[in-house]
Amino acid sequence: MAAAQDLPEGTPLPHDAQLRPPAVAAHTPVANAGVKIRCDKVSAYYGDKQALHDITLDIPDRAVTAFIGPSGCGKSTFLRCINRMNDTIPGARVTGRIEIDGQDVNDRSVDPVVLRSRVGMVFQKPNPFPKSIFENVAYGPRIHGLAAGKAELEGIVEASLKKAGLWGEVSDRLHQSGSSLSGGQQQRLVIARAIAVQPRVILMDEPCSALDPIATARIEELIDELRRQYCIVIVTHSMAQAARVSQRTAFFHLGELVEEGSTEEIFTNPRETRTQDYITGRFG
Amino acid sequence: MQQHIVTSYEEELNHLTAEVARMGGLAEAQVADAVNAFARRDVALAAAIVERDQRLDALELEIERAAIRLIALRQPMAVDLRRTVAAMKIASNLERCGDLAKNIAKRSLVLAETDPAGPVTRSIERMGKLVSSRLKDVLDAYTSSELAGATAVWTRDDEVDEHYESLFRELLTYMMGDPRTITPGAHLLFVAKNLERIGDHATNIAEIVHYEITGEELAAAARPKTDALTRAETP
Repeated sequence: MAAAQDLPEGTPLPHDAQLRPPAVAAHTPVANAGVKIRCDKVSAYYGDKQALHDITLDIPDRAVTAFIGPSGCGKSTFLRCINRMNDTIPGARVTGRIEIDGQDVNDRSVDPVVLRSRVGMVFQKPNPFPKSIFENVAYGPRIHGLAAGKAELEGIVEASLKKAGLWGEVSDRLHQSGSSLSGGQQQRLVIARAIAVQPRVILMDEPCSALDPIATARIEELIDELRRQYCIVIVTHSMAQAARVSQRTAFFHLGELVEEGSTEEIFTNPRETRTQDYITGRFG
Repeated sequence: MQQHIVTSYEEELNHLTAEVARMGGLAEAQVADAVNAFARRDVALAAAIVERDQRLDALELEIERAAIRLIALRQPMAVDLRRTVAAMKIASNLERCGDLAKNIAKRSLVLAETDPAGPVTRSIERMGKLVSSRLKDVLDAYTSSELAGATAVWTRDDEVDEHYESLFRELLTYMMGDPRTITPGAHLLFVAKNLERIGDHATNIAEIVHYEITGEELAAAARPKTDALTRAETP
């Protein structure tokens, strides 16, 4: 979790009631998962430069949505709007409305730190804390007060590592440093760390671009597992990866959302010429 | 459409389309020649057609290999993917057309010995010319990416079917009237049936061309379809 790094250990956190869905909905299994993130006319600026133009997009729950587009098209900027990572960039400004479970993420009552625990993020380069494998995963639940005692915390760590598909490889060396793991394992450790704080949404910015094909396949398999429970948004430069892992695909170009649709549709029969030119490698 | 950034990819795709066009030209000639060999009871031409069929088989294999290689090495997307898959499917339809033309040629060899060309042969020849022209039209539509051409072939499928049906009834009458005509009659019926099937392949190709260009399927239900069997059920 990016947010966790900003906080000294033991900092009390405000109650995150604002970001919880209504109590009834929370435990009702939804067969046909609805919209998780609703974005309406989102624009972003870095100083005078407008990086995003009126992005309106619904992102479904329990599905993987891929953002594709050439470098500088605004897809990463848009991803960072969702958990307010752009707040940390001087001169960055975001307008429009982004709702997660109906709650405006830019509302004054929303604590960005709590928001970021609810919207986990995985980066291109794995960034484990310089701590043990166990501590990497335990850190978030501990500072967010999610575990009542040692046993419960251990349970969360084990469950998170299992969900991230890493438990079998690290269960006998939980107290070794996280950075002793391979790149692919580190990336899964970071995902376990994100899962440990029970996020609603997992954002992934090029999570496999530093990994070999086998480690990439493991992460893709993991993404496919996780989508049963989470809303996942992935930014990728690999068309093939977007086609493999996502159910919805959104194509960005020059800060605009050109086209959004089912992944199958986008990769077999896109509506827009710009989408077609990009995915077929014809971009001028 | 813009060119691919990677020139060799563009070339491979163009090569694939060119090979399908070449195969199309060959299949078209095989069908037209088969109709002529049949109509004129031309034994030499019929033998040449049987001989030439191997070239179509070889071309189909070559196109299939090139398409698989392209999918494996280039991972074509969107229109490129449709183009690659279309090439494979059209090649397989053309190969079937070639087989049917070869079968007509073989039957022409038999008929040349037993049955002098009569009015039924003239009628089958007309049907053959119709089918040949449809195959030509749809292949022209393919090479020029002309959607209207493909749709036109697709909507006119009934003409061939009707032609076949009337031939079927006519031949039945002859065979009932004189059992000695059953052997040549059966061969003539198969020649007509083969032509009808070539017409179906032309229709298939029209559907593939439509999908390649638009990404949408032609709705099969939209076209009225009647044949001898359905008519027999509904008097």
